[in-house]
Amino acid sequence: MGLFDLFFWKKRQATASLAKDRLSIIVARERRGSAGLDYLPQLKQELLAVLAKYERIDLDQVNVSVEREGDCDVLELNVVLSDSASPRNGALASAFG
Amino acid sequence: MSKVVVVTSGKGGVGKTTTSANLAAGLALHGFRVVAIDFDVGLRNLDLVMGCERRVVYDFVNVIRGEASLRQAVIRDKRLDNLYILPASQTRDKEALTQDGVAKVIEEFKAAGFDYIICDSPAGIEWGAQMAMFFADEAIVVTNPEVSSVRDSDRIIGLLDAKTHRAAQGLEPIKTHLLLTRYSPERVAKGEMLSYNDVVELLRIPLIGVIPESPAVLQASNAGAPVVFDPSSAAAQAYLDLVRRFVGEEVPFRFLEPVKRGFFTRIFGGGGGESFAYAG
Ligand SMILES: Nc1ncnc2c1ncn2[C@@H]1O[C@H](COP(=O)(O)OP(=O)(O)OP(=O)(O)O)[C@@H](O)[C@H]1O
Ligand SMILES: [Mg+2]
Repeated sequence: MGLFDLFFWKKRQATASLAKDRLSIIVARERRGSAGLDYLPQLKQELLAVLAKYERIDLDQVNVSVEREGDCDVLELNVVLSDSASPRNGALASAFG
Repeated sequence: MSKVVVVTSGKGGVGKTTTSANLAAGLALHGFRVVAIDFDVGLRNLDLVMGCERRVVYDFVNVIRGEASLRQAVIRDKRLDNLYILPASQTRDKEALTQDGVAKVIEEFKAAGFDYIICDSPAGIEWGAQMAMFFADEAIVVTNPEVSSVRDSDRIIGLLDAKTHRAAQGLEPIKTHLLLTRYSPERVAKGEMLSYNDVVELLRIPLIGVIPESPAVLQASNAGAPVVFDPSSAAAQAYLDLVRRFVGEEVPFRFLEPVKRGFFTRIFGGGGGESFAYAG
């Protein structure tokens, strides 16, 4: 291992775990439900569509997942309501003139 | 005037999505209003490479089917507010992209004043790839210096000349550019890899860039930020050079020769690390 490899070691570690975090979130969001829960992707999609209407909700801060707890499937929706507006497509209004 | 640009290759996994993301981001860094459209129906990926996967609500097919407006589906980049992406659908229905639907979406982007509409093609030569290239004014043919990639690029160049809107209308042909990616000058020097000259000679279209094989590309996709946002790597610089050539500047080619091993690399026995690629 070279000097620069050592130097970049930390950074490299960091991006791999970043990749893992990003993937686990998006995979949980997109994964099909187990048998009998095939409406789940649709439900998640519709929930997101509703949240996307609100400027103060940043979809990057939204987590939707389903966890098995005992004999129940629990849909967990985690939404951060921020103080400042972070318009999803703010500039698009002007882009579409 | 808007320009529609397809990033295509025939062969899979050669760097189309990486190139689409960096071309789009690079043009946006020049101040242009840019949208990158993911045509890879069923295998959405551009959103991940651009780091906006969590903000996808509607997609290209939703727009074509009238289930969402373009304004609802398009996602604005968090780093540059003149950069947008339209994500691909995850549907298995490959026929979901209709020619009329694609035409309408592209027209709407043009009417909205986008300078560049970048179409990230799926691999192959089937419907999705044909739709991605159909309305193009220019094409970037992404090729790896490797036999099957070069042959597939040749087939794609044939399709660009024959099976597109410009060909059908008898307009001036699509302007095609060759982009070599994952280039390793060390391996070329050892005679293990086709050189850029070999590939240009075979494909006979103008070379617009050579992107070296670089660990920075993987790091960038891990982080969801195209490499051009951090110009410290050779790959980022090569992509930035490509963008400047694309907008008409004359920029000399770099990263074509093996990196001379510097003092530190020799001492520490590094494997020809990225960090020296632009110092040498
Ligand atoms: N210059 C490069 N150096 C190192 N790795 C690279 C380089 N360019 C692309 N890659 C890697 O190659 C892989 C394929 O790249 P990419 O997804 O851009 O290809 P693609 O042509 O879009 O693939 P597909 O045909 O599946 O759509 C990725 O893992 C990417 O990180
Ligand atoms: Mg791709």
